[in-house]
Amino acid sequence: MTQFTVNGEVRDVEVAPDTPLLWVLRDELQMTGTKFGCGVAMCGACTVHIDGVPARSCQTMLGDVAGAEITTIEGVNSAAAEAIQAAWAELNVPQCGYCQSGQIMSATALLAETPKPTDADIDAAMDGNLCRCATYVRIRAAIHRAADLMEA
Amino acid sequence: MLHYLNKPLEATKTNRRTFLKMTAMAAGGLLIGGMISRSVGPAMAEANMEEMVTPFVHISPEGRVTVIVKHLDMGQGTATGLATLVADELDAAADQVGVDFAPADAEVYKNLIFGMQGTGGSTAIANSFEQYRMAGATARTMLINAAAEEWGVSAADVSIENGVLSAGDNSATFGELAMKAAALEAPTDVTMKAPEDWVYIGKSFPRVDIPQKSTGAVGMFGMDVQLDDMLVAVTARSPKFGGTLASFDATEALAMDGVVDVIEIPQGVVVLARATWPAIQGRDALNIEWDFSAAESRGTDQLLEEYRALAQQPGLTATTNGDAEAALTNAAQVIEAEYVFPYLNHAQMEPLDITVLYDGTSGTFWTGSQLQTIDHNVGASVLGLDPSQVQINTLWAGGSFGRRAIYDSHYTAEAAAIGKAWFEKTGNAQPIKMIYTREDDVKGGYYRPMHVHRVRAGVDADGDISGWQHRIVGQGIMIGTPFAAFAVQDGVDHSSVEGAADTTYDLPDFHVDVHHPDVGIPVLWWRAVGHTHTAYVMETMMDELAEAAGQDQVEFRLAALKNDPRLAGVLRLAADKAGWSTAPAEGRYRGVAVHKSFNSYVAEIAEVSMRDDGTVKVEKVVCAIDCGVPVNPDNIAAQIEGGLGYGLSAILREELTLTEGEVDQSNYYDYLPLRMADMPEVEVHIVPSTEAPTGVGEPGTPPIGPAIANAIYQATGTRVRELPMSKAGLA
Ligand code: FES
Ligand code: FES
Repeated sequence: MTQFTVNGEVRDVEVAPDTPLLWVLRDELQMTGTKFGCGVAMCGACTVHIDGVPARSCQTMLGDVAGAEITTIEGVNSAAAEAIQAAWAELNVPQCGYCQSGQIMSATALLAETPKPTDADIDAAMDGNLCRCATYVRIRAAIHRAADLMEA
Repeated sequence: MLHYLNKPLEATKTNRRTFLKMTAMAAGGLLIGGMISRSVGPAMAEANMEEMVTPFVHISPEGRVTVIVKHLDMGQGTATGLATLVADELDAAADQVGVDFAPADAEVYKNLIFGMQGTGGSTAIANSFEQYRMAGATARTMLINAAAEEWGVSAADVSIENGVLSAGDNSATFGELAMKAAALEAPTDVTMKAPEDWVYIGKSFPRVDIPQKSTGAVGMFGMDVQLDDMLVAVTARSPKFGGTLASFDATEALAMDGVVDVIEIPQGVVVLARATWPAIQGRDALNIEWDFSAAESRGTDQLLEEYRALAQQPGLTATTNGDAEAALTNAAQVIEAEYVFPYLNHAQMEPLDITVLYDGTSGTFWTGSQLQTIDHNVGASVLGLDPSQVQINTLWAGGSFGRRAIYDSHYTAEAAAIGKAWFEKTGNAQPIKMIYTREDDVKGGYYRPMHVHRVRAGVDADGDISGWQHRIVGQGIMIGTPFAAFAVQDGVDHSSVEGAADTTYDLPDFHVDVHHPDVGIPVLWWRAVGHTHTAYVMETMMDELAEAAGQDQVEFRLAALKNDPRLAGVLRLAADKAGWSTAPAEGRYRGVAVHKSFNSYVAEIAEVSMRDDGTVKVEKVVCAIDCGVPVNPDNIAAQIEGGLGYGLSAILREELTLTEGEVDQSNYYDYLPLRMADMPEVEVHIVPSTEAPTGVGEPGTPPIGPAIANAIYQATGTRVRELPMSKAGLA
């Protein structure tokens, strides 16, 4: 049995410790906001925060998060997250929406670290998050917008 | 190709009561204790038939308006588009309007252009524009008639504004009159608004799905389906197309924790597990021998050689105009060029998935169905049921770009085979979610077909075009499918030559012919289909001819577009907005392309710079589009941004290759989509228009490749004729 905290709630799961966190969240805890895109840390759709740091849950094994605090898209609610989600809605960022949980988790982590990111900061922080609908123009604009919202 | 279908396609039908029951259950989340979130916005909680005012509009006693969407929404915004049309005619308040997807019912919900239920070819708004406005206007008339009766006033005195009906001192919400309205006879004298009275169309209407998609889109996609007692299925398929199973040993897989069973179906060997991870691991542990005797075993290098040889031989005539050979003989300069376009994977972010539930007498599927009528018929056929016993629940799709619109419904057929085999083996009516991993999706076929073009075109001493011989070699997508009847003529598959054979450039001596080699690699439409390669050839060749003629690239095109004022119009608009007449900044280079597809007209002007390592950086793209009435301008801009991003992704680094019949790529580490740093700034200008609305999902894609290639030529003096550009070190 492995115990950890998800969105502030203590959870125990019974599956093998080498099960990727992604599938623990999606199948064992039925939290489907964290998406499966590639399984090999190449798309970012599965991004969550582990003790505040963004990580690809498809390449994080359950055994490695014992005792950790995990935040998923369902629970993220920091000031940065609220600004990001407000900007996302204001600028109509999502198209199909499948990548957006991961985009929002990465963008939130970026703003928490770098409240006023430059375009180069955004390129670097968001490089691991693919968007096949190519909503990149709006993701960039929405991150800048969220930074302004947080400042205001 | 429709080998899963044992009888002709039927216009399938579900009665309204069944559908409403199904819809209400899904919307209320009551679905056998599961978690599916299909409807967004104010959902209909306890829908019943009496509340349904038309098959397209439902109004609840609480005043919620649910627009029943007959199309798939894969991110292109169609659900919002259709909601906009209804809301406008109904004068509903934006925040009372939600959407839900229609059941498979070709009679009521067919695409008026296809004649079957389905989405594609950028037709969603075009075919629904009248129909959904009419549905909204009908609902409006019924509400007004109900109010008139209730208040004892004339219908002419009742007005609606922002979701409230009023006449003199009387007023009521939609909800208060919904039941009464639904009980009335459907009116016969319905008139739609005049364009000047539109409140949402052409202005703005909130994207109905944005709130959920900004908070995790929990339960929205097929991949997210979680039902009580559900199994997950992962299939091992032949690594070569057309290979068959010889033998397998599942001992190791069966011993793994979480693996429930391993079964054989015609498509391969299926691992059934209690969750996704053990299913994937179990599949990896299978030992399988394949029989490749009937498989396609050629690689792309060999195919390319064969295509190149074919490109030297005359093919089937697609179009001919004047005498191209004679005009070329008389030309002052002739340019001869060969172009190579690779196979492409759609690589939509959500890998394919579908959930099936079969109990011996009925079948239910949950998936982002794009051709519901074919999926419905094929699903029923494989299950051995009548279509009336089968239901397709369309879910939101995590992208498609064509991948979910499948002429043979191969993955629905596969899920049906799994559901049937499992029920027959165990007697368990158990939901089974079949998923593709990313590797399955990359290696799974149904690609944009590889093509070779060979063109000879000339200009005369006055700089006028003098002869254009154009040969195209590539698999025809539509050949052998239900779409062949209207897309294949005299052996020529329109989807290989569209955008070239039907060019509106004035080319008096023009000839296009085509070869469709027989190759066992399944191919499919990929965002903008044939235009993805024809536009590249047409627009880079026009650039070469302009240069040969010593003319400006925009002026040269305009001179050849006398018969197409709308295409000329977007070209002028883009040139104007991009400052074409002034020189770009130091170190910046511009290229232009203009192309009509899906009845929309798009011009794109790309500005690039070259990095020190010789790769191209696309700095900015200025676009102009004429798509008739712009129903939702912000969504049009979004589709152009995304459409050109998708095209840019392909030309920079995307390439699917095979060696001895096996796909070389596996995942996003060797099939390489565009990332943030390569996305340019994009400016979209929409031509105001009162023409009927046309497509926006695809037309942004074709011009980007040639616009960039033409800009690269300005920067480097090199013409890029083989894609992707990474092969030449440009990306
Ligand atoms: S699913 Fe984890 S990075 Fe793609
Ligand atoms: S919105 Fe579709 S993949 Fe990003």
